[in-house]
Amino acid sequence: MNVNYVASLITVVVLFLIAYVGTEALGLTALFGVVIPYLALVVFLAGVVYRVLGWARSPVPFRIPSTCGQQKSLPWIKPATIDNPSTTGGVLVRMALEILFFRSLFRNTKTRLFDGPRISYEWEKWLWLGAIVFHYSFLTVLIRHFRFFLEPVPVPFQWLEALDGFLQVGVPGIMLSGFALLAGVTFLFLRRIFIPQVRYISLASDYFPLFLIMGIAISGIFMRYITKTDVVGVKALAMGLITFQPVLPETVSGVFYGHFFFVCILLAYFPFSKLMHLGGIFMSPTRNLANNNREVHHVNPWNYPVKIHTYDKYEDEFREKMIEAGLPVEKEPEAASSEEEEKE
Amino acid sequence: MNNTRTFYDGGKVITGLVIFVVLVTFPFWYNHGKAAPAPEPQLTEKAKAEKACIRPKNEMKSAHMQILNNWRNNVVRNADRIHETADGKRFEMSLSNTCVDCHSNKADFCDRCHNYVAVNPYCWNCHIDNPKETSK
Ligand code: HEM
Repeated sequence: MNVNYVASLITVVVLFLIAYVGTEALGLTALFGVVIPYLALVVFLAGVVYRVLGWARSPVPFRIPSTCGQQKSLPWIKPATIDNPSTTGGVLVRMALEILFFRSLFRNTKTRLFDGPRISYEWEKWLWLGAIVFHYSFLTVLIRHFRFFLEPVPVPFQWLEALDGFLQVGVPGIMLSGFALLAGVTFLFLRRIFIPQVRYISLASDYFPLFLIMGIAISGIFMRYITKTDVVGVKALAMGLITFQPVLPETVSGVFYGHFFFVCILLAYFPFSKLMHLGGIFMSPTRNLANNNREVHHVNPWNYPVKIHTYDKYEDEFREKMIEAGLPVEKEPEAASSEEEEKE
Repeated sequence: MNNTRTFYDGGKVITGLVIFVVLVTFPFWYNHGKAAPAPEPQLTEKAKAEKACIRPKNEMKSAHMQILNNWRNNVVRNADRIHETADGKRFEMSLSNTCVDCHSNKADFCDRCHNYVAVNPYCWNCHIDNPKETSK
């Protein structure tokens, strides 16, 4: 047991109860169905914009070459044009691979020390796999939820739902992405618990979002497959928010408000959390800058003009005194003066 | 730092942020304030005369698909075709013969809500438009 994850878990459970009791027992549906969602959206948008602009204010004067390949140098040395790009095109490919396929996670290795002593570097792809499953199923679930916020629902959204439910198990049909999401987030959590090094560096700010997303997935799965809610009522509520004509259908269950409140918390918490890696990945200097330090002179933007006094000028000024003191000079007085005469 | 007001690569960052905000607010401008209230399914004369379905209205609204799924499993796997309601009425477990007997107006009853929330049950692939199942 560890206070970081126990406290996070308790927080998430309490958050659910607040929304559930708040709507089922106290009837605060206007608060949880209208006021909090609008506030959460505003905090999310303003917060993300604020954080990204904050990063944009930090100068990165020198390209940071994270050397995953040969830098461009002499013409007969083959450069790694994607892993160490020197052009914008190369950077775009590197960014796309990073954002869409999590390339740096794919490079993950595990280092172990054996008796001997011998060290081994192992191929370690589980984190990459778990992250891919988690993020893509989250995206799929998110896109499928747009059926609640768009009227009429555009056909491509229905294709995605048909694809996701292609197993055609039961009614309402099993949506694979919902379960993949829960499996992915559970893996990411167990990894933090079972790998001692990872557990050592894990904080409440790592566990809380995992539990929150786990809570979202579990409450959603509960609603769809077990306790059921009035989906038509949910859509009426969602469309009311989108069109600024809020309605609060009475048939919508407390579990829905729990689910929805979790999502609002996630949105409002997002800009202040590690989840901001969503914006951060685009703003990473080690990924988004071409490594052209050898080609282009990058000027430090906070350089101020420095008053300089060269050695030549210094010697001109003090030559006589230096000779008197027996110090060596580069130019003898005659040469220096004849040079000056020449110049004149 | 002499000037914290500078946005480095400001053009690119602002473009990215505009794309982000437009994507997040997509539903708002897609619907541009056009109200989309919940549809009202229509009852046929027969359904109105019957007054009650096999369960209370709200329960039917959110759970009818599960009931039908259980019916299917019961009929197909256990050859058990009779559903008894809480107040002792007995019905044959059949979508085409029982449900659709009252709710024969698919377009104005079933489809209204199904279209609203974009669900497309594959039950209809076989049932309703095809010749009725024969009940024996
Ligand atoms: C971060 C955003 C969200 C995530 C990750 C999420 C996740 C889920 C998951 C995993 C399910 C289980 C069924 C499925 O896979 O579709 C679900 C169901 C559901 N969610 Fe969400 N949800 C989110 C946001 C929302 C929002 C904003 C609403 C409010 C309209 C909502 C309303 C529902 C409803 C009504 C169901 C039940 C659907 C049904 O019975 O068919 N969710 N959610």
